[in-house]
Amino acid sequence: MPEYRWPEMSKRRVMGKRISRLDGVEKASGRAKYCSDLNKPGMLHGAVLVCPYAHALVRSIDVSEAEKHPGVKGVRVVSPAGTEIQWAFTEVAFVAAETELAARDALKKIRVEYEVLPHVVHEADLNKVRSNAKAAGEQIEGDPDQALKQAAVVSEGLYGIPVLEHSCLEPHGQVVSWTPDNKVEYNPSTQAVTSIRGDMARALNVPAANVHVHQDHIGGGFGSKFQPDRWGVEAAQLSKMAGGRPVKLFLDRPVEQVIAGCRPSAYARIKLGANKDGKIILWESESWATGGITGGGSPPIPYVYTRIPNQRKNHWAVSTHTAPIRAWRAPNHPQASFLTCAAMEDLAAKMKMDPLELFLKNVDLTARPDTYERQLKKAAELAEWKKLWHPRGDSGKGHLKRGLGIGVCTWGGAGHDSTARCNIHPDGTVEVELGSQDLGTGTRTIIAQVAAESLGLNVGDIRVKIGDTNYPPSGTSGGSTTVGGVSSATRKATLNALEKLFEEVAPSLGAPATELEAVDGKIQVKGNPAKSLTWKAACAKLGVKTISETGQNIPRDAPKEGLNTGGAGGVQIADVTVDVETGIVRMNRLVAVQDCGTIINPKTAESQVYGACIMSICGALMEERVMDAVTGRMLNNDLEFYKLAGIKDIGEILVHLEIDEINDKRGVIGLGEPPVVGGIAAISNAVANAIGVRVPFVPLTPMNVLNALSGRMS
Amino acid sequence: MQPFEYASPKTLKEALALLGSSWNDAAVLAGGTDLISLMKDEVMTPKRVVNIKDIAELKGITKTAAGIRIGALATVDEVLSSPLIRASLPALTEAARGVASPQIRNMGTFGGDLCQRPRCWYFRAGFGLIARHQGKDLVAEGDNRFHAIFGSGPAKFVSASSFGPALVALGGKIRIASATGTREVDAAKFFVAPASSDMREVDLKPNEILTEVIVPVTGAKNATYEVRQKEALDWPLATASVALTMKGTTVASARIVLGHVAPTPWVSEAAARAIEGKAVTAETAEAAGKAAVADARPLSMNSYKVQIAAAAVKRALLAAAGVKA
Repeated sequence: MPEYRWPEMSKRRVMGKRISRLDGVEKASGRAKYCSDLNKPGMLHGAVLVCPYAHALVRSIDVSEAEKHPGVKGVRVVSPAGTEIQWAFTEVAFVAAETELAARDALKKIRVEYEVLPHVVHEADLNKVRSNAKAAGEQIEGDPDQALKQAAVVSEGLYGIPVLEHSCLEPHGQVVSWTPDNKVEYNPSTQAVTSIRGDMARALNVPAANVHVHQDHIGGGFGSKFQPDRWGVEAAQLSKMAGGRPVKLFLDRPVEQVIAGCRPSAYARIKLGANKDGKIILWESESWATGGITGGGSPPIPYVYTRIPNQRKNHWAVSTHTAPIRAWRAPNHPQASFLTCAAMEDLAAKMKMDPLELFLKNVDLTARPDTYERQLKKAAELAEWKKLWHPRGDSGKGHLKRGLGIGVCTWGGAGHDSTARCNIHPDGTVEVELGSQDLGTGTRTIIAQVAAESLGLNVGDIRVKIGDTNYPPSGTSGGSTTVGGVSSATRKATLNALEKLFEEVAPSLGAPATELEAVDGKIQVKGNPAKSLTWKAACAKLGVKTISETGQNIPRDAPKEGLNTGGAGGVQIADVTVDVETGIVRMNRLVAVQDCGTIINPKTAESQVYGACIMSICGALMEERVMDAVTGRMLNNDLEFYKLAGIKDIGEILVHLEIDEINDKRGVIGLGEPPVVGGIAAISNAVANAIGVRVPFVPLTPMNVLNALSGRMS
Repeated sequence: MQPFEYASPKTLKEALALLGSSWNDAAVLAGGTDLISLMKDEVMTPKRVVNIKDIAELKGITKTAAGIRIGALATVDEVLSSPLIRASLPALTEAARGVASPQIRNMGTFGGDLCQRPRCWYFRAGFGLIARHQGKDLVAEGDNRFHAIFGSGPAKFVSASSFGPALVALGGKIRIASATGTREVDAAKFFVAPASSDMREVDLKPNEILTEVIVPVTGAKNATYEVRQKEALDWPLATASVALTMKGTTVASARIVLGHVAPTPWVSEAAARAIEGKAVTAETAEAAGKAAVADARPLSMNSYKVQIAAAAVKRALLAAAGVKA
């Protein structure tokens, strides 16, 4: 069996290099085709009728006129009479027609009678929604009552972070056909090429082997695109009704923003107690959150500083008539980081203590004291903390106030179960195939780098093939598990294939296969370039045979193999300027110090951190789902008032990845999630530092900032 | 979007002949940055779309005896980059700069900006200009964070026009043509607060086209200050445009107009009185800003806009007078 371990850092030729992503030009030039770009011969267009009410009973539904509408090939009712609708924009019926216009016109001919029922769509004030709130039960550690008596300082605060929407640039949907021979050709926008096949097969009751999934690119998922969803299943059913003609159905923006993914809110009243030297001894929290009608959303608090000795926690899951949550890049972590770090910053302010000192003084309450201590100090250095930090509110004269704040993160990120296949052809061509997907993170690129490294070739010599169920199964891209999974699988598959190639060429080189190595485009006797064959000449020895070998990352075996692992911490420091006359917060800088393992491509890895920081800035300053009390609908289900930052709103992002020999030995660790966690906390703390008061509710919009400054509750 | 008939006339006369007597008969297409989204959302479903982009007589920015003439089809970018406008009407230049998307500046037109429909999320969701649902006033009872802080009528949306407040401050005249003739309206009277959802928020009839605007050049010092959250494209939370006739270093007379705070550009006589007879300083500008919002009537959620509007007035005054805060 080959030695799978990564080559030593100093000996890597391709891994560790700052290679631009292989599909960058294709994407930037528009040549890359997303599933929503597909137009197939004979294709029908699907459309969905949604319920305008947040809570209603379907009394009756009549689709007869819609079925007669010219061009309509099928109508499917998914919320028949008797259905209780629990959130606005719930799917009621689907139509497929020759044109999008015909499909949409037909929707208007569907007559639905609703009995409108009372709804609850706001959860920020727990007292108003007690009857919809389910208590999780009190959790106690240590003796919080005693700690409260002992504490030299107790700080109390109210904090809230709203529901955010995934807002995928490419909406959810698919092109799908279900032909009379019971075969399903499925082109979804998905984070789960391999597993969505089985999910679709189950939903349609066809053998999984009859379902073929293909996706080249995805325009954003962030955790919301794992399942076929109703629109996928119904589009397939409509295709079947139409004799197997492909049906294209992608959600439009207003529907996408409402039902295709959101993350839970989190609110908390938190009491923190500390000794006079700043050692935290008490955490008390009453927290609540909504994740839609089923409640849900329980942030893991206290976050990172989990080992506070005395704790009392009560959480309520609030049921609202709003669309259900989906996983969202680091589920519940950004919320928990904000709640925890904001309370810590407020404690420091009350103690007139430098929060950096407070965060440092309490690192032994974390699972990785050394890591956080190192990172806090590094982040402080990069953010010029000593020079720029000032006690809370001590921001000088004038309407522009500058402030700094800290946020922390933790995440797993070990590799998922993934199999890769490496084919070496007699002409020297190398293919690496996985049923994986590139979410825009650079998955294709790092697969090519790993393969090239393992085979002694260059990135351009490797054909990476992903996004298809004809390739070996690979895990879903969620939880920052992709890079560890696909890199380990690729490493094993390529080395397994190389071993076979060594066996084929060993006689020609007059050395045993175990004495060969692949270096610089050659197969040679170890350490002896004189006894070598070029890669092409070596492969020619295969005659008509193609080598095809697989390699699998099995999560439970991964730790001992050392190729990938999980567990990363990080610290972010935000530097903001607040205009206290207008309430506008501008980003000066966001410093992200990020723990990591083996970095295959520093450029795409940094890119992950940049993207995460941008997402944090959007979440901290702009994003929130606005629900209407009267109609029960989302008011900003667009990208006009569901605000996302533009390039000028971002400020400087300073990324520091802790790439070094020690970290490298841990193997690959996923980097998608961790850097998105601490930003909101850091920015909220920076604003508090700048303006002298806590803005309790995120986002830090002019409304929330000015309300806090004026003592108004928003 | 519903199907529609499309016409692309080459002359104003042809275009006017293609319009109807009701709003549903025909819609005028210039930049399309607003109309297309209204049609996609089916807030507007005109039977005919009349593209006026090819009508040469509606283009251009020129100096005339009456003032600077801005054709309805002048793009936002042309206004932004016009040296003629920058030299004497910087309030308009700055208003154009507030449209922070090069794509929209390139496509969107001056006339279109004045005629664009409100961005009120209830209006855009199909609940009408005076948004009501099941007998309830949606704006008053719902989320009104971006709505009006001035005005006593039923309309609580804010005028979306970027150029409106500056034009009102500068005394612009809006010229409107129909098949039967032309008329001229003061910018201040062009914007109206509708009393019902059937009415429009501008003084324009379905058979009319806004053709050009004349802005007198009086030598008044003028400026616009816009407060918006994002540096990138975003709607203002409040703006202020001011025009100051100076006598030495004191303000002899002032026109102070707020934007995005009422269903129309909002003229503040109180702010003008507060600054008249005084030199513009940080203190007098601040006092004028406070005077501007003294009679504001914020809704349940938008008291914060009162503070922002006051800041906008103060900063516009300082900018017009060239005083550093």
